[in-house]
Amino acid sequence: MDWRPATEDDHVAGVPARFVAAPGSTEEASELLRAAAAHDFAVVVRGGGTKLGWGPPPRRLDLIVDTHRLTGVVEHAAGDLITVLRAGTPLSTLDFGSQQLALDSPLPGATVGGSVAANISGPRRMLYGTARDLLIGITVVRPGGTVAHSGGKVVKNVAGYDLGKLFTGSYGTLGLITECAFRLHPVPPARAVVTRTVPASGLGALLAAVRDEQVVPSAVEVDRPPDGEVTVAVLVEGTAEGVRDRAARLEKVLGGQIGEPPSWWGAYPWQPGGTGLKLTAALSKVPDLVEAAAETGIRGSAGTGVLYAAVGSDQDAPRIVERLRAETVRAGGHTVVLTAPAEVRQAVDMWGPVPGLDLMRRVKDQFDPGHHFAPGRFVGGI
Amino acid sequence: MTSLEELAAGLRTALGSDRVVSDRVELRTYECDGLAHYKVTPGLVVLPRDAGECARTVAACVAAGVPFVARGSGTGLSGGALPHADGVLIVTAKMRDILEVAPADERAVVQPGVINLQVTRAATAHGYYYAPDPSSQQICSIGGNVAENSGGAHCLKYGFTTNHVLGAEIVTPDGDLVELGGRAPDTPGYDLLGAFVGSEGTLGIATRVTVRLTRLPESVRTLLAAFATTDAAGAATSAIIAAGVVPAAVEMMDALAIEAAEAAVACGYPPGAGAVLIVELDGPAAEVAAQFAQVTALCEANGATELRIAADDAERALFWKGRKSAFAAVGRISPDYIVQDGVIPRTALPEVLHRIGEVAGAHGVRVANVFHAGDGNLHPLVLFDAATDGEAERAEEVSGAIIDLCIEYGGSITGEHGVGTDKAKYMPRMFTDDDLETMQLLRCAFDPAGLANPGKIFPTPRLCGEVPRRHSASDAPAPAEIF
Ligand SMILES: Cc1cc2nc3c(=O)[nH]c(=O)nc-3n(C[C@H](O)[C@H](O)[C@H](O)COP(=O)(O)OP(=O)(O)OC[C@H]3O[C@@H](n4cnc5c(N)ncnc54)[C@H](O)[C@@H]3O)c2cc1C
Ligand SMILES: Cc1cc2nc3c(=O)[nH]c(=O)nc-3n(C[C@H](O)[C@H](O)[C@H](O)COP(=O)(O)OP(=O)(O)OC[C@H]3O[C@@H](n4cnc5c(N)ncnc54)[C@H](O)[C@@H]3O)c2cc1C
Repeated sequence: MDWRPATEDDHVAGVPARFVAAPGSTEEASELLRAAAAHDFAVVVRGGGTKLGWGPPPRRLDLIVDTHRLTGVVEHAAGDLITVLRAGTPLSTLDFGSQQLALDSPLPGATVGGSVAANISGPRRMLYGTARDLLIGITVVRPGGTVAHSGGKVVKNVAGYDLGKLFTGSYGTLGLITECAFRLHPVPPARAVVTRTVPASGLGALLAAVRDEQVVPSAVEVDRPPDGEVTVAVLVEGTAEGVRDRAARLEKVLGGQIGEPPSWWGAYPWQPGGTGLKLTAALSKVPDLVEAAAETGIRGSAGTGVLYAAVGSDQDAPRIVERLRAETVRAGGHTVVLTAPAEVRQAVDMWGPVPGLDLMRRVKDQFDPGHHFAPGRFVGGI
Repeated sequence: MTSLEELAAGLRTALGSDRVVSDRVELRTYECDGLAHYKVTPGLVVLPRDAGECARTVAACVAAGVPFVARGSGTGLSGGALPHADGVLIVTAKMRDILEVAPADERAVVQPGVINLQVTRAATAHGYYYAPDPSSQQICSIGGNVAENSGGAHCLKYGFTTNHVLGAEIVTPDGDLVELGGRAPDTPGYDLLGAFVGSEGTLGIATRVTVRLTRLPESVRTLLAAFATTDAAGAATSAIIAAGVVPAAVEMMDALAIEAAEAAVACGYPPGAGAVLIVELDGPAAEVAAQFAQVTALCEANGATELRIAADDAERALFWKGRKSAFAAVGRISPDYIVQDGVIPRTALPEVLHRIGEVAGAHGVRVANVFHAGDGNLHPLVLFDAATDGEAERAEEVSGAIIDLCIEYGGSITGEHGVGTDKAKYMPRMFTDDDLETMQLLRCAFDPAGLANPGKIFPTPRLCGEVPRRHSASDAPAPAEIF
């Protein structure tokens, strides 16, 4: 087992750790977490560490469990379109030839485990879904060291509870993910992006026209700079013949242009260290939300109702968050502050109101009775 | 009065007497689901009209310490809705309203008793449909689909119920109404909805479900290909997948299943075929046209003896008729049969089929094979005659051996019918004690008293009061020793 005392760089959102350990296998991780429990250590799991500072800081912290030694492809069964990956494997290192793990990672360096723990997604979630939809099996080590699996290596499987769903998006608060099995998709031979820029008031009609045209986009993205017009970009993927035809139809209904993905494609709109929001809405309310976000600008998946915004001014952040939160609630969605400078974190409720919190606390109490894993980082202070 | 009689009296007062069934003869009509050899007459049946009545019924069960079981249409094939003799069966048959169809949001909101196909019917006029399509879609309920995470022939491309349910209101096993998920994606917090889907009624009762509606495909093309052997049909399937095509469906039937379907519904499949494949592609017209040519060529290259392309919806329906009626059809060639449901990695198909043939032969039992070839979900139908001495036992052995094969090849003991009562005993073959204990942590969070559909899924229930073993620093190594 690799372990060392923590250095100055080993903190989580400003809270310093005492130790850093990097298990090299599920067995080592189990042993480590058994010892950590015995010593009453508070634990935070670190993947690529690219966005470890996102979310509220932990209430306390002793040990960072780093997954950089838990790497590699355990299995790639091409004929079955599945793969099994160790959790510390960076997504950017994966190469399945003519197949792909269809997860768009917005940040370079993100690991498999971190991506599942944060349920990441990008533009192509419209066609392929998010980490939760692609995950078919999971191995975790619970606080206290118990190793547990759920799901398996076949795409179709309903035996037992789907713990993979529970751990997806749990931000390391229920335990350590050590292995994930995913379904893969073929890499389509051709793709095209069609774009069009219009005033924000024209967005609704454009999105409806795209929806009516049965061309099955892989992504419908929008980008609106502060007080600017909206650019719509639609991605289609498939055979060369099919893509040519679908793109031509989109060009017509959008009155747009066929070309490359725009420079902002799949990137968060905020600068490192800035305040970043995630905004969700029912599909029919996306145009309203985009109009309402004139002050901050907004970007993301209009095809699914998952968008992002940057807040430029720290001072105005509480007011802006409150206003956009009211807007997304009206739209059937939520506003989450993903990342923010310390001053802003203190001034806003990062997660906002969450339904079902009582049940969530009960789940946390069952999996992590001592509240050792990332205490205070999750919804409702979990 | 027994506690059940008291409960019945209380619910009659609270909900009205038409909601409560306690007549023995009437109760007997609820004694089993689609797996008819497990039978238990429920102690009491309640038919709530809305979420509030459902919650009050559960609360009354909790107060009386009486177990409750949810039931939709009772088509389940694993004994999931098997009642308790001393418990309450809560039937959603009177909660059948489609509350909202919102094409602009690509959502529909329905009560749990709504029949699967009705959702599609309500959405079609708007150019949408509900993608998960179990073969039982004309009768099974959305609540049952949610509980079983049901699949269908088209889930190869479109995913399962879990990928199409965005929100649900549930009655927790405490009797509280709680919202999980919502109309927009990615509700913050734990994905309790994802955990609830497929939990077979053990984490509470869904009282309202928000589902995704999918845009109707512009074009659908369906191919029926006959092969001399299941090996050849399997090779064609592999070739299609290897070419990077994701068909909407790839279904296979072997000679015995074809014979049964022919006898039952006269679907007119190519005579003498050792296996047939139904391959369906859907999507934008230009895309389907390009890939359909590819699929046809691959079937020919892999020895298809006959290819038929559905000329219209009527012919497509005929292709599907043979497949969709296959379970009931074997009743024409055998007095009794077991419907098995297991999963193997798709590439192991030829090998596993041979081994199923060997096991069946050794036991002197016939097995008809119907399956979702695209994703390796097998539905072997084990044929027997209960009137012949020992045949039922031998069929049971063959059926169990098939499940063992699925596990041996790294698959699953169930792909869509669920664990229920029937397969709880197999769970320890697929999962470790720690796995099963960990799953039950979730159950303890939702249902510490163990009143929601007890006895299903898990062979050994966990007592939620048990305090997890505490580790003390004195019996564990110091950090420096273990690191
Ligand atoms: C609060 C928050 C919200 C986010 N929301 C989004 C979003 O909506 N969309 C998006 O695309 N990206 C989101 N991100 C960013 C996302 O974390 C990164 O894109 C990606 O997950 C980073 O991977 P990483 O390996 O660098 O993980 P890290 O930055 O190291 O960790 C990210 C989170 O995952 C946990 N974690 C990491 N590895 C494991 C493991 N093996 N087992 C258990 N837990 C683990 C960490 O404790 C931490 O909570 C969010 C991040 C945070 C903290
Ligand atoms: C001919 C035939 C073909 C079939 N084909 C398929 C197929 O292709 N794919 C497939 O996946 N299945 C198939 N099935 C199995 C079955 O139809 C499905 O499992 C279906 O989802 C069950 O729905 P139901 O309403 O009949 O549920 P029931 O049988 O009444 O109940 C099933 C389970 O759901 C629970 N439940 C019911 N309602 C609720 C609720 N509101 N909240 C919580 N729990 C609830 C019950 O407690 C039980 O555990 C088939 C069955 C038959 C008879």
